[in-house]
Amino acid sequence: MHIAKDLVAASTTPLVLGILAEGESYGYALLKQVGELSGGHLEWTDGLLYPLLHRLERLGHVESVWRQPATGRKRKYYRITEQGRAELAEQHRQWSTVVDTLRNVWQDNFSVAPLRPATEA
Amino acid sequence: MAENTLEAQIDEWRRYVRGRQVVSPADGDELEDHLRARIEELTDSGLSADEAFLVAVKRIGSLDALTREFAREHSDRLWKQLVLGTSSPDDGGRPRSLLIALGWAVAAAVLFKVPALFGASLEHGTFYAANASLLALAPLAGYLTTVRGTNRRTIAVVTALFALGVLGANLYLASSKDDVSLLTFLHLPIALWIAVGVAYTDGDWRTGPPWMDFIRFTGEWVIYLVLIALGGGVLTGLTGAALNATGVDPEVFVFQWMLPCGAVGAAVVAAWLVEEKKSVIENMAPVLGKVFTPLFVATLVGLAVTIVVNGIDVDRDALILFDLVLVVVLGLIVYGISSRDPADGPGLFDWLQLGLVKAALLVDLLVLVALAMRLSDYGFSSNRTAALGENVVLLVNLLWSAWLLLGFARGRTRFAVLESWQTRYVWVYAVWAWVVVFAFPLIFGFDVSNFRLD
Repeated sequence: MHIAKDLVAASTTPLVLGILAEGESYGYALLKQVGELSGGHLEWTDGLLYPLLHRLERLGHVESVWRQPATGRKRKYYRITEQGRAELAEQHRQWSTVVDTLRNVWQDNFSVAPLRPATEA
Repeated sequence: MAENTLEAQIDEWRRYVRGRQVVSPADGDELEDHLRARIEELTDSGLSADEAFLVAVKRIGSLDALTREFAREHSDRLWKQLVLGTSSPDDGGRPRSLLIALGWAVAAAVLFKVPALFGASLEHGTFYAANASLLALAPLAGYLTTVRGTNRRTIAVVTALFALGVLGANLYLASSKDDVSLLTFLHLPIALWIAVGVAYTDGDWRTGPPWMDFIRFTGEWVIYLVLIALGGGVLTGLTGAALNATGVDPEVFVFQWMLPCGAVGAAVVAAWLVEEKKSVIENMAPVLGKVFTPLFVATLVGLAVTIVVNGIDVDRDALILFDLVLVVVLGLIVYGISSRDPADGPGLFDWLQLGLVKAALLVDLLVLVALAMRLSDYGFSSNRTAALGENVVLLVNLLWSAWLLLGFARGRTRFAVLESWQTRYVWVYAVWAWVVVFAFPLIFGFDVSNFRLD
């Protein structure tokens, strides 16, 4: 299934923040997880994840650290910050509203039905 | 075996990534880690190392897209790396090219002062007037060949052209009349600049696109040179005032050393700046070209009207002036062409350019008519012949450009045809400049019957 570019772009930040909220991770693992969570439907161009991570770091939502295991190559890990969690909560709230609205529209098949209040994150 | 090829491939890919100025070494490490992780996964699932590498690179995405995203996020790097050279010296790149540039700039300054040791004077005598362009442009060509690792054949060609330049500048110097010498002084820089172009295009000088790059380079170089000159003017003024205040006469230092050495050094440094920022920020010359194209259309039309109403006085100054106007206009046209995305369809600006070409054609024709009348009255002098030649050279270019532009604006001609016309025409300028340098002194320099006091 193809997902429109704009939609993919809009969902990257909450996805990355959401996965990092579970624990620190690195670029490649993040991509794998997004792939698994979306059942392979959400495909990013690998390289473009990194400028996004750098932007989140500049904004203060994540912080990064280089780790070099005893065996293996050094790798840059990202970790969510408090500010990042706040941002995630905010995005969660906004996305929930959008998703719920859409669901209502589609479930009720365009019939007139009162909107349920958005579930809070 | 396969392991080694894979490492070599990754190395090469990494070098390629690091070539992009916005990707810092750390970003390169991060991307390489990603690439390796992807390759490991793919080989585990049964792909060969080669296949895994290709797929992994493909999945990282095109470097252009990647660079664009990095540039959007890290635009500061574009500026910092432009001048400060933030990368460490051992990974080559900027610091090395900066050192090479500074080395050649110092060499240029020294070279420029060497003739003075042997008594050549900057203010008197003709040595510097004849050789200034050689002394200034040879180090520039040297810098370009060094920094680009030019192949030997090109170096040989460029060296030969400069040797020819030395010959042209000095062979007839003692015996030529002043106005013929002046023509040599004016045309030698053009011939040498195209020799610099040969150095710039690095062995690829028979094809068009590198020459388009050189044309862009020329415009940027001029702009940097002007900026450096502005800064240099401030520095010179302050130095002069400071020396005056301490009771030292600044004249010898400022005019004999600071200005000439600074100028020839600036020629190299400007080239370095153009090369450094070429891939990063939008080029300036084409932007100026776009701004001034409509203004020049208006000016040229006004000029044509004035010529028709008042006629022109075809003396030497006026001839040089009109040629200069036409050369600037041609420059505008060429920059308009060089800045254009060939993939775009015809637009308003192309019609504007066509207007510019037509206006220039009109002025060129009017000058030619005036010149022809003058020639039939007074015969061929060196100046009038040179002016005639220049106008004809420009006329041919403008005529065909107008034809091609019209075809393009109407969607009949591909834009590449226009580009290739302009780049191939560079050779006409070169040939003409060398003809003036070498043939004119022979034709006009010694022939007393042609001598006229005009």
